[in-house]
Amino acid sequence: MITLISIELYKIFKKWRTYIGFIAIGLLTIIVQVALYFTGDAYLKSMTHGLSNSFVMVGNLFNGYLIANLVLMGLFVHIPFLIVLVGGDLLAGEATAGTYRILLIRPASRNKIVSAKFIAGIIYTFLLLVWLAVISLGVSLIIFGSGELLVFSGGKIVIFAANDILWRFICAYAYAALSMSTVFAFSFLFSSLVENAIGPIVATMAVIIIFLILSAIPVDFLQNIREYFFTSHMIQWNEFFADPVNYKEILNSALILASHIIGLYIISAYLFIKKDILS
Amino acid sequence: MNSEQVIEVRGLTKKFHDVVAVNNLDLNVYRGDVFGFLGPNGAGKSTTIRMLLSLIKPSAGDIKIFGKPLKQNRQEIMTKIGAIVEKPDFYLYLSAYKNLEILGRISGADTSNKKIMEMLELVGLEKRYKSKVKTFSHGMKQRLGLAQALIHDPELIILDEPTTGLDPQGMKEIRDLIIYLSSAKNKTIFLSSHILREVEIIASRMIIINKGATQVEGTVDDLLKSDKVSVTFEVDNSETTLKLVNDSKWKESYKSTSKNEIVFELGKNEIPELNRYLNDKGVSVSAVIPVRSLEDYFLKITEGGDK
Repeated sequence: MITLISIELYKIFKKWRTYIGFIAIGLLTIIVQVALYFTGDAYLKSMTHGLSNSFVMVGNLFNGYLIANLVLMGLFVHIPFLIVLVGGDLLAGEATAGTYRILLIRPASRNKIVSAKFIAGIIYTFLLLVWLAVISLGVSLIIFGSGELLVFSGGKIVIFAANDILWRFICAYAYAALSMSTVFAFSFLFSSLVENAIGPIVATMAVIIIFLILSAIPVDFLQNIREYFFTSHMIQWNEFFADPVNYKEILNSALILASHIIGLYIISAYLFIKKDILS
Repeated sequence: MNSEQVIEVRGLTKKFHDVVAVNNLDLNVYRGDVFGFLGPNGAGKSTTIRMLLSLIKPSAGDIKIFGKPLKQNRQEIMTKIGAIVEKPDFYLYLSAYKNLEILGRISGADTSNKKIMEMLELVGLEKRYKSKVKTFSHGMKQRLGLAQALIHDPELIILDEPTTGLDPQGMKEIRDLIIYLSSAKNKTIFLSSHILREVEIIASRMIIINKGATQVEGTVDDLLKSDKVSVTFEVDNSETTLKLVNDSKWKESYKSTSKNEIVFELGKNEIPELNRYLNDKGVSVSAVIPVRSLEDYFLKITEGGDK
């Protein structure tokens, strides 16, 4: 199994499309960092405009943590697209290229092959989030330094002490990885159904967009069923920047996402094992 | 012929909705056979091969390979099978070497540098081992296809149209390699081909299928022996020769004439007899060219099947 996973990872990282996600995240983060480096003071003033009349702001509020938080909020919506570029290609790409015919005549069982691909895809997703963490948090801390973190949470302004922030980011990135793994699992399922990688990419993005739109429509019925949408649970990483942290709610959402991932994997594996290879 | 059965197929059927691609097919391939698998386009050859390799699940029937049911023993059986299924497709963004290494590792083969280079040498690609497969011609991919089929030293090699798209030199190289694998390495070869001459040269036994069902099965020699052969006699004077033929028992065997060539349809034993008869009657026969081949036989069988 380890051999199969390492082979799948090798194949993933030998494809150009794999690096689109890393390059896009790197470029966007650097652009945000450069922009804030030159205009950050003005941004912070507008952010704390109401407060500065009533409070004296001391210390370094414009720091790496704030930038990382802004980047995470800004990019989180777009990362799914970068995930499905790879996830949608994992199975459908083999069908398009005709390589199912050399892969599935090997002694490895289909179950092992599909599992190895799924695990490799999850590893890619985690690595993309690690990259996001390194480039948005690590680099921002180097450029802008450390300090307190000012966030808006539940209609309140919360300021976290410098020694109370890093763990929140680590948990937020870990949760984000779980959210993105759910997106990956959707793209993997669609990838097992078709023989062209474009279909799974479009289908997964369509599912996410449809659920986001339904969540945003202010109709009672939709608001009541909103909690059943996986997209509602994807953004719970934000809860790590609340005070106090609602662990129960986070755990509940994490379990819902995990059950989505497992369910989608089981369906994908079943379809893949039953599939007649005609490509 | 060795009596150990390598492939045993009984009542194999595959339906795609209402379309019957393979219909109640039986197959017997013995150890050491070079088994020709023939049939016109759409006869069900590739579907059968895909079922033998468990790429497609049969609708009905049993497949036993090396004496064991394929369904229950797939993993063990696949360690002993190498195959090319239709056109050779590879990971185009990887080198020939890496493709072989990856596929070899999945097969549990020795993937040392020595072994992979040996395989590439066998198919004449050792100088291009670093090149990405996307830069390869069809013929090179076909040869790499053979290398990937052989990387784990299988006992049974299933080849689906291995010479399609190759130039005459490439076709000969592949044919020679198949003969070498069969005779020197004692591999059992299951060869599907459109090129009937190829099967005629290489195969020891064969089956012809049409519309998913068996038309004939047996040794190539027996199947060809059982039928008449088209033979062209090149003579000095066709008019005189025709008169002589019309007065003889070969009157019914005469088919056509063009210039100094007369075509007969004869049993194999009749050829020297007719030659002697014409010589005795003073006709100068400069050449006797048998044009009867597997192609005629194939057409007769498959057209018969169509009817």
